[in-house]
Amino acid sequence: MTDVLTPVLTDNWGDDRAWTIAAYTDRGGYAALDKAFAMEPDAVIEAVKESGLRGRGGAGFPTGMKWGFIPQDNPKPKYLVVNADESEPGTCKDIPLMMASPHTLVEGVIISSYAIRAHQAFIYIRGEVLHVIRRVQRAVEEAYAAGHLGKNIHGSGFDLDVVVHAGAGAYICGEETALLEGLEGRRGQPRLRPPFPAVAGLYASPTVINNVESISSVPSIIEHGHQWFASMGTEKSKGYGIFSLSGHVQRPGQYEAPLGITLRELIDLAGGVREGHELKFWTPGGSSTPLLTTEHLDVPLDFEGVGAAGSMLGTRALQIFDDTVCVVRATLRWTEFYKHESCGKCTPCREGTWWLVQVLSALEKGQGSEADLDLLLDQCDNILGRSFCALADGAVSPIASSIKYFRDEYVAHLTEGGCPFDPARSTAWAAEEVTV
Amino acid sequence: MTLTQEHLGELREIAARYPQARSGLLPMLHLVQSIEGRVTAEGIEACADILGITAADVSGVATFFTMYKRRPVGDYHVGVCTNTLCAVMGGDAIFQRLKDHLDVGNDETTEDGKVTLEHVECNAACDYAPVMMVNWEFMDNQTPESAVQVVDDLRSGAEVHSTRGPRIVTWREAERVLAGFPDGLADEGPAAGPASLVGLGIARERGWTAPSSDAGAGSGKTAETKEEAVEQADTSRAETETKQEERSDD
Repeated sequence: MTDVLTPVLTDNWGDDRAWTIAAYTDRGGYAALDKAFAMEPDAVIEAVKESGLRGRGGAGFPTGMKWGFIPQDNPKPKYLVVNADESEPGTCKDIPLMMASPHTLVEGVIISSYAIRAHQAFIYIRGEVLHVIRRVQRAVEEAYAAGHLGKNIHGSGFDLDVVVHAGAGAYICGEETALLEGLEGRRGQPRLRPPFPAVAGLYASPTVINNVESISSVPSIIEHGHQWFASMGTEKSKGYGIFSLSGHVQRPGQYEAPLGITLRELIDLAGGVREGHELKFWTPGGSSTPLLTTEHLDVPLDFEGVGAAGSMLGTRALQIFDDTVCVVRATLRWTEFYKHESCGKCTPCREGTWWLVQVLSALEKGQGSEADLDLLLDQCDNILGRSFCALADGAVSPIASSIKYFRDEYVAHLTEGGCPFDPARSTAWAAEEVTV
Repeated sequence: MTLTQEHLGELREIAARYPQARSGLLPMLHLVQSIEGRVTAEGIEACADILGITAADVSGVATFFTMYKRRPVGDYHVGVCTNTLCAVMGGDAIFQRLKDHLDVGNDETTEDGKVTLEHVECNAACDYAPVMMVNWEFMDNQTPESAVQVVDDLRSGAEVHSTRGPRIVTWREAERVLAGFPDGLADEGPAAGPASLVGLGIARERGWTAPSSDAGAGSGKTAETKEEAVEQADTSRAETETKQEERSDD
C-alpha cells in the first residue's frame, strides 16, 4: 500500500541551499542523466510512455505519446519548450518547484531533449517571478559549468543548449501556441491548429511543449523505472502529483501525493477548514475547472474521478472557500480576470467575456431579474466550444457551475438588492477576530 | 535618456541568444525598461532596427503584455493580487488601504516617484494568500498593516526584504535580470517558504515516502492510441484538436 503522501519532487525542498547544484548532486541528482544516455532515445520515450505520465499542466495528455508525435525524419531542428508560465488562478506548484529545486527541471530538460533529439531547449517563465527566474538562470549556468549542458554532454555525443526566457505578463501565454508566439517575439495570440506544434511549432519546426512538473517528473521515472512510477496513482492516472491547497484551510500549502487522493484526506492533513466554518465550494484544478461542493469531498482526485464529477483535475489547484464567501463575488472576479486576459483574437471570447462581466456585475449589485441568469447561461452556451482556444471555455466554467450549485444565492442578491455577505469575514485576519 | 552604444550592444546580445533574432524581443523590451524606466519610442525604434522589423510590430508586442509600461514606473512597483482567492483572503482590503495611504489610484505613481501601485492577477503563490509583489518579489501573507509598513519602508529608503527572496532591488534593476543579465542574488533567501514545505513536513513526521525503486507496476494502463488519449484527456480542447487533425488527415 502506497503512503498517503509521497514526496518526490518536493522531497529536497527543505534541504540546505537546495537550489544549488552541490545540494542537488549530493542527493543523487544528475545520476538519471547517465542512465538515460545509456539508453536509445526511443527507449527513453518508451519508458515515459510506459510510466503512464500524463501532462501536469492541466490537459492530462500522455507525455510519452506527445514526444512520439515528433517526426524524426523531418530535417528541421527539433525543439523542447518548457511551459513555466504558471498563471492559472489557484495554481502554485511550478513556481515553488523552480525556486527550491531548479536542477530537477534542468535535468528533466536534458533527458527529455535527448529523447526527442532536440539540441536547443527553452524555459519560458512568466516574468512576474523575479527570484524564480534568478534561480533557474543560475541552475542553467551551473549545469553548463558542470558539463551537463553544452557540447558532448557526459561524453555521450549529445549537445544541448538551454535559454531561460522571461515572459512579460499574459495569462494566455500558458496556452502552448500563444506561448510559441511570445517566444518568437510576437503578440501572444494562439495559433490555428493543425498544424500541431509536434509538426510545426517553434519556427515552424517540430516542437514539444511540456509543463514544468511533467518535465521534472522525467528524471525520477528514468532513475526508478516506469513500473515504480506506475505503482502510484490509479488505473488511468498514474504516478504522483503536487496538490496545492489554498484559501480557508488551517495549513495551506503543497502536498505531494499519488493521483487519486481525495479532498477529504487533503483537508484532514491540512488541519481542517478554517476554525468555526464549513467548506462551501472549491476548485479542483484552478478557476477554469468547474466548481465543486461538499458533496464532492470523496471524489478521487484523478483525471477520471474529477471528470465524472462534472469538472476537471486540471492543475490540482485546490482553492478552498468557506461559508463566509459569496460565490457571486468570487465568480465575478474570475470573470473579470478572463475578460482582462482575453487576447482579443476571436469574437466569442473578446466580446463574450465583456458581456459576461456586464451581466454578472449587475447581478452582484442586485440589479436585474432572475431571467438574467438564463441570459448568462445562454451567453455561456454561445462561448463554450465556439472560441479559438480554451481560455473562453475556462471563463464559462465558474459561471455555469456556480449557477448550477448556488442559484439561490444569485437570486438572494436580487431579492436583497445587493450582496448579503460581509467580505471582511472572509479575510485571513478575520479568523482571529472571531476567536477573540 | 538616450540609448548608448553599450545599451545597443546588449540589445544585440539578447537577440543573438536565439536561433531567430526576433525571439529576443520580449527580453529586449525588458532591457529597454531597465534603461529608460518604461518602453519609450526610442527603445521601440532601437529594437525594430536591430531585428529588422517595423516599429509598429514592436509596438504591437509592447502593448500586448501587461509588464510593459508606457508611463514612467516608480522605483518600486507594488502589485496587490486581487484575483478571487487573494481578494477574498484580504487582497481587496489591502489594495484599498494602499490606495488611501498612498493617495493614488490603480496604475498610478506617488508624487515622490517612489511607488507605483497596481492590482495584479494570480501570481502563483495562493498558499501564501493574500499576496503582494514588490518589483516581482513575493511578499507573502500580507495584512493592510504589513502592506502599509512595506510601502512606508520603501519610500523612506529602508532596506526591504522579500519574505521568500533577497533584498528588494529597484524596478529597473529587476527588469535587467528579466532581460537575462543576472545580478548575483540567486543565493539569497530560503529554498522554500513555510507553506511550500507543509506536506513534506507531515510526510517526514509520519514516515511517509514514495515507494522504493523495486515497486511493481499497478494495474491498469493509460492510453496507447491517440484516440484513447483524447478520450481520456482532460480538456475538450485536446478533443477538438484531434478531431480537426483527423479531418485534415482525410
